[in-house]
Amino acid sequence: MLDGNSFLVVFLILFPLLPALLLLMLRAEKAVKIVVNISIAVMSMAAITVAVIFVGGITDFISLSHHLDMLITLGDIIIALVFMYLARNHRSMRYWIPLLVIPQYSAVIFFELTGKIPESSSTFFIDNLSIIMVLIIAIVGGLISIYTPGYMKKYHEEHPEIKDRRHIFISAVFLFFFAMFGIVLSNQLTWIYFFWEITTLCSFIMIGYSQKEEAVRNSFRALWMLLLGGAGFAAAIIYASLYCDTVEVTKLTAAGKTAALIPAVLICFAGFNKAAQFPFSSWLLGAMVAPTPSSALLHSSTMVKAGVYICIRFSPAIHNTACGTFLAFIGAISFFAASAMAISQSDGKRVLAYSTIANLGLIVLCAGVGSYLALWSAILLIIFHALAKALMFCSVGIVEQQCGSRNIEDMHGLISRMPFVSIMMIVGISGMFLAPFGMLISKWSVLEALANNNPILPIAVILGSSLTLFFWSKWMGTLVAVNEDKTDIEKGIGKSIWFPLFSLSALTIIVCAFFPLIGAVLIEPMYGPDFTVMGRGHIIMVTIMMSMVMFLPVGFLINWRNLIHVTPYLGGTNVSDPNRFKGSLKEEEWTLRNYYFENYFGEKKLLKISNIAAILITLAFLTIGWFL
Amino acid sequence: MTLNIIFVILYFIFAPLLGGLFAGLDRVVSARMQGRVGPPVFQPFYDVFKLLGKQNFTVNRFHSYYLVCYLLFAVLNGAQLYLACLFNADDILFVIFTLTLADIFLVMAAYSAGSPYSFIGAERELFQMLVAEPLLLITAFGFYMATKSFDVVKIYSADHMLFLSLPGIFIGFVFVLTIKFRKSPFDLATSHHAHQELVKGLTTEFSGPTLALFEIAHWFEVVMLLGIVFLFFASSPLLGLIITVLTYFATILIDNTYARFKLHLTFEVAWIATLILGGGNLMVLYFLKLVNG
Repeated sequence: MLDGNSFLVVFLILFPLLPALLLLMLRAEKAVKIVVNISIAVMSMAAITVAVIFVGGITDFISLSHHLDMLITLGDIIIALVFMYLARNHRSMRYWIPLLVIPQYSAVIFFELTGKIPESSSTFFIDNLSIIMVLIIAIVGGLISIYTPGYMKKYHEEHPEIKDRRHIFISAVFLFFFAMFGIVLSNQLTWIYFFWEITTLCSFIMIGYSQKEEAVRNSFRALWMLLLGGAGFAAAIIYASLYCDTVEVTKLTAAGKTAALIPAVLICFAGFNKAAQFPFSSWLLGAMVAPTPSSALLHSSTMVKAGVYICIRFSPAIHNTACGTFLAFIGAISFFAASAMAISQSDGKRVLAYSTIANLGLIVLCAGVGSYLALWSAILLIIFHALAKALMFCSVGIVEQQCGSRNIEDMHGLISRMPFVSIMMIVGISGMFLAPFGMLISKWSVLEALANNNPILPIAVILGSSLTLFFWSKWMGTLVAVNEDKTDIEKGIGKSIWFPLFSLSALTIIVCAFFPLIGAVLIEPMYGPDFTVMGRGHIIMVTIMMSMVMFLPVGFLINWRNLIHVTPYLGGTNVSDPNRFKGSLKEEEWTLRNYYFENYFGEKKLLKISNIAAILITLAFLTIGWFL
Repeated sequence: MTLNIIFVILYFIFAPLLGGLFAGLDRVVSARMQGRVGPPVFQPFYDVFKLLGKQNFTVNRFHSYYLVCYLLFAVLNGAQLYLACLFNADDILFVIFTLTLADIFLVMAAYSAGSPYSFIGAERELFQMLVAEPLLLITAFGFYMATKSFDVVKIYSADHMLFLSLPGIFIGFVFVLTIKFRKSPFDLATSHHAHQELVKGLTTEFSGPTLALFEIAHWFEVVMLLGIVFLFFASSPLLGLIITVLTYFATILIDNTYARFKLHLTFEVAWIATLILGGGNLMVLYFLKLVNG
């Protein structure tokens, strides 16, 4: 039977179902808030306890009764039917979705029912990578779900035309946690596949939330693309049960290259499909129509992170093969092209979306390279990205609600109108690209990891990271510009919004400050006792920079006495309003706009090329394994 | 320990002194090229002292503080290179990242000013950073391929002249140096002359002590970047010094013979140079490694 520790793991996975069910029935705002807060408290406590108990260099296994596999089969049947039911009324999708669903599900369900799936010795397993994922899902995801009720209330006040289906939305959030815990803890591919498709379903519900035409179209696009990835997963299950004699993740990844290459390739295909790499990037961009909390969830702690998690998990099986190289190239193309296209965007959420694709590209690249140092950077990237991206999305969401726009141009001088939110956004942006914050540390280690490889990958990373520098700083500059409009529009933001924002900013800073510790405790033990990344010199350097970055901003709070305030030079006579000046002919007004460089980085220019390149590489990635 | 303290003191005295001298030489040499006599070599120091004594005009209370941060990070940046022996593994990639961080503070200062000239200057400076950054990182990468280490001390004490394995990257680096020095043809963000379309661009709103901070920080930056030039020739220090001075002279010559490039031309020229000189050099090194085993 189960001992206490194993019970806790099972509890962690199953617990989110309870609030999911409760919230489906509750409508009263107060009650919803209470249920959400208590559930998140319980969930994150459970996650932290699990982390404390299981942390270490070894993998722990938990076995449950084999009869539970029947439940998974039943679940697969239900989900398959749900997918087809959802597509029943849609003009083109009513054929296309079943075409994707029926083959993969009938094959998997047939195998499950006829007992062709090899029996597994364990149901769940937990190692440090799972622990990191569990913490991210529970804490970052938890903070986002605390943010959700307050945001949705205002969302419906602003959009009275949208039918109020909040209960479904918040319930889907918790269903998401259930599925994510399942993905990162299950040891059998059949189980992961079941949870995998639940996340697809949840994102479908969230993207199509408003039921507007665009939302419905995008939700179906996401559905069919993700089902295509799911097909890769199903194929991996079939292949693994026929030829590898096991569907256990731990056995497959330990089996060595030749044995598990094909299933690993298929699963990585499903992984980078879910992580919205080119050519599948459009589902994630389309997901922007959904209310902001769902974007925050999809981009930071759930969904796309499941994709990169599975790539990292199966990276040892494709390490040092041509497949690994091709996977790295898919990541490199996504990193470079998405960073470039982010420059041409002015919609804050679209910039964030492209930057997500770019960062996930970097993680997929690391998974493809597969050396210990590369995996170390990949895992750190996951952590930093989850925190900073959640913070950015939550902030942009609240800016959109308070000023009615999420266009970066409209955030000009936001620091004087929404000081706290702007500072948090600056923390988030710094976390995304500035030294010595997390992302840059990871980029540094990526470059070190790539140092012995073919120079094409490092060049792609170098060019891509220069591009990220441009669009992030341009955004940050727009925020810090000081203009005359000083109306405070931060009033009316509720506690349930401030709490997650403050916590996420604090966590972003804390994790950055203590990342050598995180590396030493959580990541490095997985790769053997001799594996350390940060030398003493590095730690000294990072500490010096960190303390400078932490303490220097205090100077901004001081009101320096020796300054004499003047108005900016405008090349003419200034008039009372600093946005106007007297030129040689008449009084004129000026406004400022950022550079976008459409002619180099526009979607029109780059999207097609990068998709075609990515499709070719994906085809090569999928086929070459059969010849090795 | 005492030796370390001496190093630190030497760095703090000589880095700005050298930077200022280079700036002074720049003015004299430029003047001679244009058929003028020019100011004394120490003019930049006189200028800075004068600026420090002036009233501190500012457009908002944050503006000049960004410059303080810029200066501090520029100082740290030079320290990373010149005091590398104090940190027992100082990474050349970190040096480049700190350079970026310092420049970001400068750009933020310009953004915050609320003047259109300053804003456009900031945007252009950012664009120039985007243009120059890849080659700087490729340089670090080239050092690794030639010495098997990112450690500044190991790169410095390499047993062969790195220039011989990295000629393409060296030329590319000199190219990027003109961008980083904000010299013509790449003086888009701000120029030494206030009669351009952007007035003084990025630095339009800096005056008095704030402008002095900008000048001093720029000295540190120049010395840091010339230090990297020296690293290419570190195995024979005398030659290294001569080449470093010649490189600086070359940037002055280019400054005086070229008209300002447009933004798009800057980007195209610089990235093509980066890919051909930097990328090509890395590829050649990689293939040589494959051939030699």
